[in-house]
Amino acid sequence: MASDDPLGRTIRRFTWTERAAHWWLAATVGAMTVTGSVLYFPAFAQLLDRPTAKHLHLWSAIALPVGWLVLTVLGDRRSLGRTLRDADRFDRDDLAWLKGGPRRILDRRGEPPQGRLNAGQKLNLALTLGLLGVLGISGTLLWLGERDTAYRYAGSVHVHDLATLALTFLVCGHLYLALFHPATQGALSGVTHGYVDRDWAREHHAKWVSAEEATDAAAIDRELTSGAAEQALEPAAPAPLGEEFPER
Amino acid sequence: MDSDRGYPLGRAAFLGTLAAGVAGIAVTSRFSGAVTSAMNGVANAIPVVNQIAPTSGWRIYAVDPPMPRFDPATYRLRIGGRVAKPVELSLADLAAMPTVEQVSDFHCVTGWTVNQVRWRGVRPQTLIDLVQPAHGIGQVTFKSLEGPYVDGLKPAQLVLPDTLIATHMDGVPLTRAHGAPVRLVIPAMYGYKSVKWVSEIRFDQAESAGYWEQRGYDADAWVGRSNGLG
Repeated sequence: MASDDPLGRTIRRFTWTERAAHWWLAATVGAMTVTGSVLYFPAFAQLLDRPTAKHLHLWSAIALPVGWLVLTVLGDRRSLGRTLRDADRFDRDDLAWLKGGPRRILDRRGEPPQGRLNAGQKLNLALTLGLLGVLGISGTLLWLGERDTAYRYAGSVHVHDLATLALTFLVCGHLYLALFHPATQGALSGVTHGYVDRDWAREHHAKWVSAEEATDAAAIDRELTSGAAEQALEPAAPAPLGEEFPER
Repeated sequence: MDSDRGYPLGRAAFLGTLAAGVAGIAVTSRFSGAVTSAMNGVANAIPVVNQIAPTSGWRIYAVDPPMPRFDPATYRLRIGGRVAKPVELSLADLAAMPTVEQVSDFHCVTGWTVNQVRWRGVRPQTLIDLVQPAHGIGQVTFKSLEGPYVDGLKPAQLVLPDTLIATHMDGVPLTRAHGAPVRLVIPAMYGYKSVKWVSEIRFDQAESAGYWEQRGYDADAWVGRSNGLG
């Protein structure tokens, strides 16, 4: 990416570790949605036999935190910590942003300046993690309840259902904003490649861009330069072409 | 607050959601019936979800919707197979038989439970005495008015003390959603064994797989000791 961008038209928003954490979440929640639907809706019950659906559902649930743990140990855990800290802290501009509420999604004019994550993204992350926790607790109780009726609470299944419903709404909104909404489409490349358009970022995440440019300008330059040097080597070698015709 | 760093609202939202979830389990456990009917009301309004119909504490499944209907005037419960005296019982015949009442919990394999359901009906032994099955019965098969649905019990399971051929639930005749006019109730096993809308009871020599057993579920569906458990 950086080698295509000597003029710095893009800016790195997410590290490889952050993106891996995002896509691991998407994959495991996707698997749990499919297998959960097979378990929950009679209409889907015949897509997959029940024991298989159940095993896949439970193993996906275990794989999610295990994958995150592996990323924390082996990946760039500082960037994960930075994202959690970013999502935790809401300043006055964030509160003003939230006050604009749903209207802000339709009309971004007068948007208070936002950091790397806007207030809606922070809230989405916090609520998603909270709901995953609720699903984990209620799911564990459902699992235990099948083994020992002492753990059978009638409420476990209700809360599991409600949390699923709430998470479904969050994910649908998230997908709409990421894929279709004009003002936020610019964020998509951030979670695929890690980089977003600098002008788009300046418009929607002004405080982040100016902070990066002011305090980390030197570091960004170094990163872009070294990244360019590394990547320039890869496509530059035309050796295989020569080897294809050794006789000639 | 530290005006530079802002308010820690992210963790507040996270912890608040967790707390609401845990409190929700406690509260909805206590008011399970009301919560379920409210949620089913919502679910019923959504096209994909509305196969799960309302009634307190229950989720209603049908494998071949819509749920079957019957004509009370012509309905007959046929009891046959390897028996000395096959019978066809009308609703009036059934009503004239000695009935018992029991209160038992109902566990679904999908995880929900309805506690303390009050059933009324006829004990299987009463029907066994009536039709006099032959020796060497391997399975008693229950066929549903709902075309493809069928399941069976081994003889020893049929005569468990709380297995019931039910006609009433919570003091009223079975509703359509709960298997009117006749259903099997076997509290020791998951609900898919408790065949609804029963049209025929057959005493068979050989065992055969029921509707869900053909799809990977256990035939001996003991609560807590089957379907991948124990």
